[in-house]
Amino acid sequence: MRRRLPEWFLLLLPAIIIIAAVVLIPLIFSLYSSFTPYKLTRPSTLWKWIGFRNYERILEDWKFWAAFGRTVLVLTIALNLEMLLGLGIALLVNKVTWGQRTLRTILMFPMMFSPILVGFQFKFIFNDNVGLVNNVLQSTGLSDAALPWLVDGKLALFSILFAEIWMSTSVFAILILAGLFAMPRDPLEAAKVDGCTPWQSFRHITLPFLMPFIFIAMTIRSLDVARAYDIVQIMTGGGPARRTELIWTLMARTGYVDAKMGLANAMGYVSILLSIAFTVYFFKKLSAARAQLGMTG
Amino acid sequence: MDRNKTHRNRRRLLKVLHFLGLFLVMAVICIPGLWIVLNSFRPTVEIMAKPPVWNPSFTLDHYRAMFGGAGEGGVPVFSYLWNSIVVSVVSTFVAILIGMSGGYAFARYRFKGKSGYFVGLMLFRAVPGVALSLPLFIVFARLGIIDTHFGLILAYVAMNVPFTIWLTDGFFRQIPKELHEAAEIDGCTRWQAFWRVEFPVARSGIASAAIFAFLTSWNEFALASQLTRSVGSKTMPVGLLDFTAEFTINWGGMCALAVLMILPALILTFIVQKHLIAGLTFGGVKG
Repeated sequence: MRRRLPEWFLLLLPAIIIIAAVVLIPLIFSLYSSFTPYKLTRPSTLWKWIGFRNYERILEDWKFWAAFGRTVLVLTIALNLEMLLGLGIALLVNKVTWGQRTLRTILMFPMMFSPILVGFQFKFIFNDNVGLVNNVLQSTGLSDAALPWLVDGKLALFSILFAEIWMSTSVFAILILAGLFAMPRDPLEAAKVDGCTPWQSFRHITLPFLMPFIFIAMTIRSLDVARAYDIVQIMTGGGPARRTELIWTLMARTGYVDAKMGLANAMGYVSILLSIAFTVYFFKKLSAARAQLGMTG
Repeated sequence: MDRNKTHRNRRRLLKVLHFLGLFLVMAVICIPGLWIVLNSFRPTVEIMAKPPVWNPSFTLDHYRAMFGGAGEGGVPVFSYLWNSIVVSVVSTFVAILIGMSGGYAFARYRFKGKSGYFVGLMLFRAVPGVALSLPLFIVFARLGIIDTHFGLILAYVAMNVPFTIWLTDGFFRQIPKELHEAAEIDGCTRWQAFWRVEFPVARSGIASAAIFAFLTSWNEFALASQLTRSVGSKTMPVGLLDFTAEFTINWGGMCALAVLMILPALILTFIVQKHLIAGLTFGGVKG
């Protein structure tokens, strides 16, 4: 007799099938091809096994390590600043006595922008010739010459970070604001009666309560860190002279421009591991924060 | 007396600082978007003018060129808009159906390794689009579904299912179990109980999940730029690139297309913004 599959499995089956077909199988294929010298221009190279040579080449390549280090640096700076700014904005909006809903709606504005649109928008605004920033700087006499925002390495990195933070801070602000709305008033008032300074009650009452909300925002963001690819690809394309190259732009160039699919897939695996590390880390933090507040179940 | 006065002054100062901070934040959030809208109405000569022209003139040239199709470069905006709509709507609909059944399984059934399955599904969402696009490009090319709506829809459904499961799971959990038990006692099957009782209650949550799925597909670029080739399947984010030539960019035209792209997302989000926030927080905190 045939055993019937349990109901929960049948309900999950469509999700499992589509993810297996569209994500898992291609990933297995790319894992295999990362052990071959596969080039799009020469399909027969797919059948040549070269072991770990692609990975060895990556590990010895300082350009890859520079991109990797820069990616981690950019993500760390961006996520921390987004969190701090989001917290600050949420606290500011929470203090407002009228027009709060309008402000919250405005806050959601950047969430609707496509990352590629954000890239174009800031490419336009930071353009050294016709960009808003340089026009303002020159018209007000703050700077005589046009600043090369997207051409100078350091300024370009700053511009990219600005775009990234502009796009993603609102997720933090909105979630933290939701946390502030949900917060019970009593402990705060009790603390005031007991003579706590505003800083003390923020540090010991408000912040612990907000932690799960901050970690949800972090988790949602970490699922999508690679969105930064769209922005960088449009704003600088990894240039000038690879000064803003991130692991994703390097991978796309190796795969599509140089047609070295095997090598690019090996880089892809490093980037996948990076994303997974971020996600798992924040998921763990999230469940720890939830357990602390007794929000499980 | 004196102490009272300094106290009052300090309060006033804090209020002013608060207002200034808020104003600054809102300005930084709004100006880039408004700048795009403004420039979509300015003639190209004025955008490129050096020294800059500060009092803007008004023209509909960019929109005329865009919708006329034959204008500068002849970007086929209507095809892109149509492709975007078809791909986003269909993929959202399918992702919601699949995600809902998955979310229901997580919310209502107990089984071994549940949290393992859950985190596993989430990890598939974390795979960067660029990294996935490399093998997906090869596989789709072999299957002959590159440059078709179908291929892109398939990719977006898979991309959206994990997050949809997360959100709907949170919403189904909020509905007390007694509700569908009561319906079953009254003679409904589990299927009927779901559609007649639980689905209507969770509707707002499902709406918010749908908005997220729609926005993701509507705005996606990394996969679309590789999986689409021709006018027949290019979506609007990929279409934006048509305004860039080797060394010049048609800023005005690009701004006009950007406005067209952001408008539907803006309207949709305004309609359901309350559910959107609820969806994000309940899915995460109580999940």
